[in-house]
Amino acid sequence: MLLIECPWCGPRDESEFAYGGEAHIVRPPDPANVSDEEWADYLFYRKNPLGDHQEQWQHASGCRRWFNAQRDTLTYQIERGYGIGEAAPGGEG
Amino acid sequence: MIEPNRLAAGGRIDRGRPLGFTFDGKSYAGFAGDTLASALLANGVRPVARSFKHHRPRGIVGSGVEEPNALVQLGSGARTLPNYLATQVELFDGLEARSVNAWPSAAFDARALQGLLSRFMPPGFYYKTFTWPSWMWPFYERQLRRAGGFGVAPSEPDPDRYDKTNSHCDVLVVGAGPAGLSAALEAGRAGARVILVDEQQEMGGSLLGSRVKIDGAPASSWLDSTLAQLREMPEVRLLSRATAFGYYDHNFVAALERVTDHLGPVEGPTPRQRIWRIRARQVVLAAGAIERPLVFPNNDRPGVMLASAVSTYVNRYAVSPGRRVVVFTNNDSAYRAALDLADAGSEVVAVADLRPDPKGRLVDEARRRGIELLAGHTVVEVKDRNGVEAVGLMQHDGTSAFGGTRWTECDLLAMSGGWNPTLSLYSQSGGRPVFDELRACFVPGPSTQAERSAGACNGEFTLRGCLSQGHAAGAGAAAAAGFGDGRAAAAVPDVDDGKEGRTRAYWIAPGAKPVGRSGKSFVDFQTDTTAVDISIAAREGYESIEHVKRYTTLGMGTDQGKLGAVNGVGALAGMLGASIPEVGTTTFRQPYSPVTYGAIAGREVGELFDPVRKTPMHEWHAEAGAEFENVGQWKRPLYYPQPGESMQDAVDRECLAVRRSVGILDASTLGKIDVKGPDAAKLLNRVYVNGWTRLGVGRCRYGFMLGEDGMILDDGVTARLAERHFLMHTTTSGAASVMSWLERWLQTEWPDLRVHLTSVTDHWATVSINGPNARRVVAKICHDVDLSNQTFPFMSVRHGEVAGAPARIFRISFAGELSYEVNVDANYGRRVWEAVVSAGEEFGVTPYGTEAMHVLRAEKGYVIVGQDTDGSNTPDDMGVGRMVSARKDFLGKRSLTRPDTLREDRKQLVGLLTDGGEVLPEGGQIVEDPSARLPVPMLGHVTSSYYSATLGRPIALAVVKGGRAREGETLHVPLADGRSIRARVASPVFYDPSGERQNVE
Repeated sequence: MLLIECPWCGPRDESEFAYGGEAHIVRPPDPANVSDEEWADYLFYRKNPLGDHQEQWQHASGCRRWFNAQRDTLTYQIERGYGIGEAAPGGEG
Repeated sequence: MIEPNRLAAGGRIDRGRPLGFTFDGKSYAGFAGDTLASALLANGVRPVARSFKHHRPRGIVGSGVEEPNALVQLGSGARTLPNYLATQVELFDGLEARSVNAWPSAAFDARALQGLLSRFMPPGFYYKTFTWPSWMWPFYERQLRRAGGFGVAPSEPDPDRYDKTNSHCDVLVVGAGPAGLSAALEAGRAGARVILVDEQQEMGGSLLGSRVKIDGAPASSWLDSTLAQLREMPEVRLLSRATAFGYYDHNFVAALERVTDHLGPVEGPTPRQRIWRIRARQVVLAAGAIERPLVFPNNDRPGVMLASAVSTYVNRYAVSPGRRVVVFTNNDSAYRAALDLADAGSEVVAVADLRPDPKGRLVDEARRRGIELLAGHTVVEVKDRNGVEAVGLMQHDGTSAFGGTRWTECDLLAMSGGWNPTLSLYSQSGGRPVFDELRACFVPGPSTQAERSAGACNGEFTLRGCLSQGHAAGAGAAAAAGFGDGRAAAAVPDVDDGKEGRTRAYWIAPGAKPVGRSGKSFVDFQTDTTAVDISIAAREGYESIEHVKRYTTLGMGTDQGKLGAVNGVGALAGMLGASIPEVGTTTFRQPYSPVTYGAIAGREVGELFDPVRKTPMHEWHAEAGAEFENVGQWKRPLYYPQPGESMQDAVDRECLAVRRSVGILDASTLGKIDVKGPDAAKLLNRVYVNGWTRLGVGRCRYGFMLGEDGMILDDGVTARLAERHFLMHTTTSGAASVMSWLERWLQTEWPDLRVHLTSVTDHWATVSINGPNARRVVAKICHDVDLSNQTFPFMSVRHGEVAGAPARIFRISFAGELSYEVNVDANYGRRVWEAVVSAGEEFGVTPYGTEAMHVLRAEKGYVIVGQDTDGSNTPDDMGVGRMVSARKDFLGKRSLTRPDTLREDRKQLVGLLTDGGEVLPEGGQIVEDPSARLPVPMLGHVTSSYYSATLGRPIALAVVKGGRAREGETLHVPLADGRSIRARVASPVFYDPSGERQNVE
């Protein structure tokens, strides 16, 4: 049971959250004019890093706000959550 | 009653409270404070179980959680409990216990014959023997399942109550032995909020079973004063009879508290067990250590026991497990058992020490007491008849025994192969144990979570060391949690441990013959894994301990190898010529010891298992005799049978009523989302395939939503209530997920859109009135809305009053008939429903359920998302490609021109008509030629299938590869019984294809 810090509500049990997968995926602004490969990359291809991973979470059974968080996929250590649209800690994403 | 092995004095039992109990149907006596195991030993009961595979008679080996043999079944009926350890069952008056794996009793077991066949049961026996011929597997499986397992599950519902408690603390201390108590004391003094959990009925751990002195006084007085101090600290919670069984992420630890198990069956509100879900800032593991057995021929005979367990029975329970005793050891600690037994009046015939030159304070004391010390000796054989009668001792040179066998008569062999720190929780926390050559055991490696180990579980086996590590760990953990400076506030009490000799590991005791040539040498008692089994695995090429574990079943019992696993690792390393670190350990998993399903379920059973959602009209349906179906958490009427009607009769009647006159449906469960804001239309444009900006106020539109992959996600009608205000309908089951979907896009990608979403599903009750007489019915109870086609056309919404309640009336239909969906405040739901029923009486208004609703919509070719679609269908696949707007972007649009979505042979929605009266099975596969060679190409499957009373024939919807181009073709649906049904591909719209009936005057 992870302990996840919602930027609005503070640290709460994982069971209150919904996982949204990789963060900072940019939807192509003009989908009609991207190639099949570019669209497939947006749609299907995800990072699977060992170590730091920026991901989206929603405090689904709480304030229902989406936010980003950086989680180490090896240790499960979670950095403080940060807002959608904010840059990841360390400038990534 | 006489307890032959009970000592006249001493122990922590209450001799003023005698208790009676039965074991395998015989009555025995014991005292309060006994465990079932100590009482059985006091009564001289030797074989208490039969072994799992070979059905060998087994006795009690340990005194706590490590016990591998003495598994018992407790109680009877609904409260019977399988797989309990006699060493952990506290005795109460009237306790009933039975041995497992034995029939009719442990003393005489009819299946012991199986043991004679044991040489035909090598490791991997099941894999090797029962895999061929494959068609026999169901028979083998039945036999194996009958032979497997430790006891019988109750067949009746559990009458007991179970609880869960969430808790937080600064410092969680696991284990209340000398180290854990010291840690809790220090952390508590520093002001930290502390929880101390311990699995036993009394706190004290190893101190309860020993005669050591602390500060010059018996350990019990230190124990009493420490516990008294802890109890006075308001921020310290002591939980006894609570096993911390799982260490999870982010310092989340689960503990099982046995609240009333020691009292026997208890009626009333008190929970039997409680799971504590503890989130701790810091964890101190003080879980102690478990003594290792020695591996030698026939080491499983009843009367061969762990030396520390022998001491515990003598000192704590005042039971002497033997009169003539041989002690067999590779370390000093077993000498304590020799001294305890000698002081209790037993004759200690000899101590056979594997080490060539034992020395140390305890060794000296045994010598001084005149106990014969046989250094460099090993046990080569155990003679028994329902218990140990004599042991054969020989000298050894480190690898094998030599010289003559000295037979020594005895009735108890107390063994010690050293100690294994209890690393389960450390390992579960993510830590990796490392092997310590000096101490001959695995010890904790670096921490990966906020935890630290202290005392015996940290490889520290002296009492003084345990106390001092406990103080340091408690102070350190408190400081890490923000309390105190990390220095121990109290002085470590004074203990004279004396000098102890080194443990010398012999993973398999040197024998007179090669391994396997004399009696079975058990490594894991519970799973009957022998040294030979491990050698066979090594010979067959297994090198990883994880593979050997699965091949030989070493450590796969309910005890997870608490006794045997490390000996197994050592034995395998020896056979492979590898080092122990190279072989490694098996993984410890949660739970540390078995947890009942009742405790895991807690209160979430029966009607509290899942919330039930009922519409405001629910009770009316129930009174009308409706059969209900579950749709997600909702209860929806499936049909309303009249006396004597079958389900099909009722559904036919309901369908015909809607087509011929009028029917009413409770549609309250349909998902409803209120969409408000200046950008509401823009949002709808982005999430639906069709356009919304030009939809007039008061008009409705049907739309599909797609995932970004272009596949249909949900559908429904959305109405424009005002310029900036829409009401979106979703499917009943999609209500929550659509809400989340919209919220996610608004928050993550489109935060610039000014839109508010509110789920209003439960706010409204919806009465759907369908059929050619619908208008006449509504007109009787609604006087302020012009219901004519001209002013209130199909696909529009009006506000008015229905039966006195403010209402939104939608002219939308899922049945393809003239239809009014009346939405009122949920509190008016039943009243308006009843008003419609009485207004419709003259027209024979018929309530209909979801089954008739499904038939009616299938007649019209309307799909149900999730039934006719499965997440792999585009709008074009479903025949609604024309709805897709070419003029705007929307979620999933780009995917509609991916090469895969443009394939010609995609599965498309079609209708299927059968010639005979047979209704196709839903899910039936569709093929071109049922007699084609295997594998027969699959064209698709039947998604919906019903008998249509309106049409007088069965109809079906299906998805078929290139289906629209196949209209008129005959395809086949093979059945499980070998027959095949012919079906003609048709348009999915079976009834009123031009849609005239929605607009009857």
